[in-house]
Amino acid sequence: MNLIQIDIPQESHAVNDSPLKKGGLALFAIGLLIFLIGAFGSFENYSLFYSIGSLGLATFGALLFIFPSRNEGLPGIKNNGVFFRAASNRGAIAWITAVFLTAFYVVLYWFPEYFVHLIKSTDPISYAMTGKAANQWFLYGTLYTLSVLVMGVKMLFKYRHIRYQIIRTLSVMFFQLVFSFLIPHFLEALNQPEYYFSYFWPLKTSVLFPNDINWLLSKPGALPQFMVFWGVTMSLIGVPIFTYFFGKRWYCSFVCGCGGLAETMGDPYRQNSDKSLQAWKIERWMVHSVLLFITVTTGLLWANSYYQGALLGSLSQGFSKTYGFLIGAAFSGVIGVGFYPIMGSRVWCRFGCPQAAILGIFQKYFSRFRITTNGSQCISCGNCSTYCEMGIDVRSYAQRGENIVRASCVGCGVCSSVCPRGVLNLENGPVKGRVMK
Amino acid sequence: MNIVIIGNGIAGITAARYIRKHSDHSITVVSPETEYFYSRPALMYVYMGHLKFEHTKPYEDWFWKKNRIDVVHDYALTVNHKEKKVLLQSGNILGYDKLIMATGSQMNKFGWKGQDLAGVQGLYSKQDLDLMERNTRNISRGIVVGGGLIGIEVAEMLHSRNIPVTMLVRESSYWNSILPAEESAMITRHIRHQGIELRLETELKEILSDSNGRVRGVRTSKGDEITTEFVALTAGVRPNIDLAQKSSIPTNRGILVNSYFETQIDDIYAVGDCAEIVVTGEGRNQIEQLWYTGEMHGETVASSICKERTEYNRGILFNSAKFFDIEYHTYGSVNQNTVGEKSIYWEHPDRRRSIRIVYNNNQVIGFNNLGVRYRHKICEQWIAEKRSIEYVLEHLSEANFDPEFFMKFEPEVIALYNKKNGKSLTLTKTRGLFGYKKFLSTLPASI
Repeated sequence: MNLIQIDIPQESHAVNDSPLKKGGLALFAIGLLIFLIGAFGSFENYSLFYSIGSLGLATFGALLFIFPSRNEGLPGIKNNGVFFRAASNRGAIAWITAVFLTAFYVVLYWFPEYFVHLIKSTDPISYAMTGKAANQWFLYGTLYTLSVLVMGVKMLFKYRHIRYQIIRTLSVMFFQLVFSFLIPHFLEALNQPEYYFSYFWPLKTSVLFPNDINWLLSKPGALPQFMVFWGVTMSLIGVPIFTYFFGKRWYCSFVCGCGGLAETMGDPYRQNSDKSLQAWKIERWMVHSVLLFITVTTGLLWANSYYQGALLGSLSQGFSKTYGFLIGAAFSGVIGVGFYPIMGSRVWCRFGCPQAAILGIFQKYFSRFRITTNGSQCISCGNCSTYCEMGIDVRSYAQRGENIVRASCVGCGVCSSVCPRGVLNLENGPVKGRVMK
Repeated sequence: MNIVIIGNGIAGITAARYIRKHSDHSITVVSPETEYFYSRPALMYVYMGHLKFEHTKPYEDWFWKKNRIDVVHDYALTVNHKEKKVLLQSGNILGYDKLIMATGSQMNKFGWKGQDLAGVQGLYSKQDLDLMERNTRNISRGIVVGGGLIGIEVAEMLHSRNIPVTMLVRESSYWNSILPAEESAMITRHIRHQGIELRLETELKEILSDSNGRVRGVRTSKGDEITTEFVALTAGVRPNIDLAQKSSIPTNRGILVNSYFETQIDDIYAVGDCAEIVVTGEGRNQIEQLWYTGEMHGETVASSICKERTEYNRGILFNSAKFFDIEYHTYGSVNQNTVGEKSIYWEHPDRRRSIRIVYNNNQVIGFNNLGVRYRHKICEQWIAEKRSIEYVLEHLSEANFDPEFFMKFEPEVIALYNKKNGKSLTLTKTRGLFGYKKFLSTLPASI
């Protein structure tokens, strides 16, 4: 039978350690080393060398490490050894990574003076973009964006046979680079308020806080007024409408920067989210408490503003600082990213993000989105639940042939990708009959 | 009522769950394999490191207590059906009012020389998985005997750990007893493309032993000798009827049951892989060894015990699998070589995706897809309604279940049909809002 004549070698075992890969890893390590050495001021006056030698080399090395993986076997789901490796299975390497990331955030937020020299590594970029020297937030933004881009490339290779994953990954890479990095800094260069067009209330509380709105409106020109208009319209009208049509994924898995980091740098850790019923209970209490707190506060601030400060007095000033620190820093950074290797990539989105909470309420009650199951073909293997970064026990629905309509689902589509029987599909359709019992 | 279920695989557990759903009867599930139910098809992913064993358990451990399903981790020695008692290895005795045997399968062994050597095994149970873990440490090559679903799974498992694999397959092309020629060829190519050494038309002659009673190699029917430290015997499974035989419950290849899963002994049922359903009239007795049929058997017997005596209705056959990176779905009747059977077969230029629609007398009778997902319910409905091939082609977009943004190949399928038959059919529905509404209206109100 000539159908099976093929001109490929009979045996072509994947080589995991090509010289290119090893070289890439070495360059990455050297870049990291230069970056850390610089922390002590060694490259104080050589910021261009420092920048290229650390960030440039590490990025180049990481990409070299990623590119050859395209030749390691055919496209397909290759989660081989995920639970054997210390890095991805909460082993020693995972704990070291977690401590390292957590420490990074602690220093960044509370002891930025230790980053004075590290910041120099981003000076050349900062000068090019804004004409000013970098500060710790510029350093953070640069590292964050580089992580999303480099690990995004890895994601693109990993899921190169699944167009949904490709488009989604390109989207988060684009929004992080353009909306969360380039535009805010170009605005700065143009002497405009630094503004992030891709964040809305209640995650970015300032969008609806009276003081912040008044501050923007006090600025000259039409752009600040547009920013107020954009923030308010999107938060109150745009977000619910998009969520009605596509589910919360349009934001969490295509636009959001936190989601972007979770879906790229966090992807190797997605299997570590807790799937137990207990975890689900805790999640619901926590995330909705945060949303409630912000909603009440926003209301109070407006009431206070209406009564011209008679209600809260100086308290209102303190709030954004408290929130910024407790939620913005401690939670989303320290726990949110620091705990990736231990609690999975969406630990912040799941337990703390007020935006995820409100999108979840829309998704659960006013949305066309659902994950459908294909007849009775589920074999209960558990790949979907295991690789759900939001800790949803997808299997418990799939094995009963039920649709999955859950507030927390960010629509990453990985359950559908890893299912060995093609049972799951993310779909938009009529609300009627969406929840099956 | 006291119900004892022997076996905690998909058939036994589904029976237990549905009995609890329908009734308040006392339920005891006995299994020597694992304490709690796990997904047998998922074993391979534990070896490959995609999952931990605990992930293969579909229910958290508290589930059983909460639902008052007693789980007994013990081995049933015999059933005394006169006194309605089950004797366990621990010495405990369980009395029953109704007994369900769901003892599953065991691997086929065909009396090969050396089949019981150390390093030679099948893959069916959790114990087999643990054994395989030990048997495949630091080996230079694994040999898989048999070209079925378990064989390709074991090959994929070994391959995931970069262990070179040789597959010995009796047929001239992989699984061509089930798959039509083109699909079989595609999977054959795909296996080789992975880097697996696939020897076709080659059978196992004997397994060679070293001086310690461990396997050191095999000799094939072609006279070749291959050095190996591990041989997986995956030439299919047969019903596990040991307990039934010891307990004088009538058996043939499996435990004999009627279409209500009643054995020839009062109040004893058999479901799942171990049951041999006696077909009265024409046709051979049926032994169904699929995950899905096990589920259906369990649900049916639960209904018989708790509600009214329910006859098993298998419905339209379906199955699915995954061959390395290629998903496989089949609905209805495919490759039966019946008189007048025709099919339209489309294959993607990348030779990893295909769609086949089988019809007879213009009526669609089956679907066979590789790498393209189709909706089970829609295909089943078309087959049940005896839709014509042209109707199905025109509505084919409704069947597509591929994720969003995927390329849609239905226009190519219909173009192929038009070209071959001089027709000019067009796709009447695309998978948009309206097609979707129609799909939803076909769903049952409850599952």
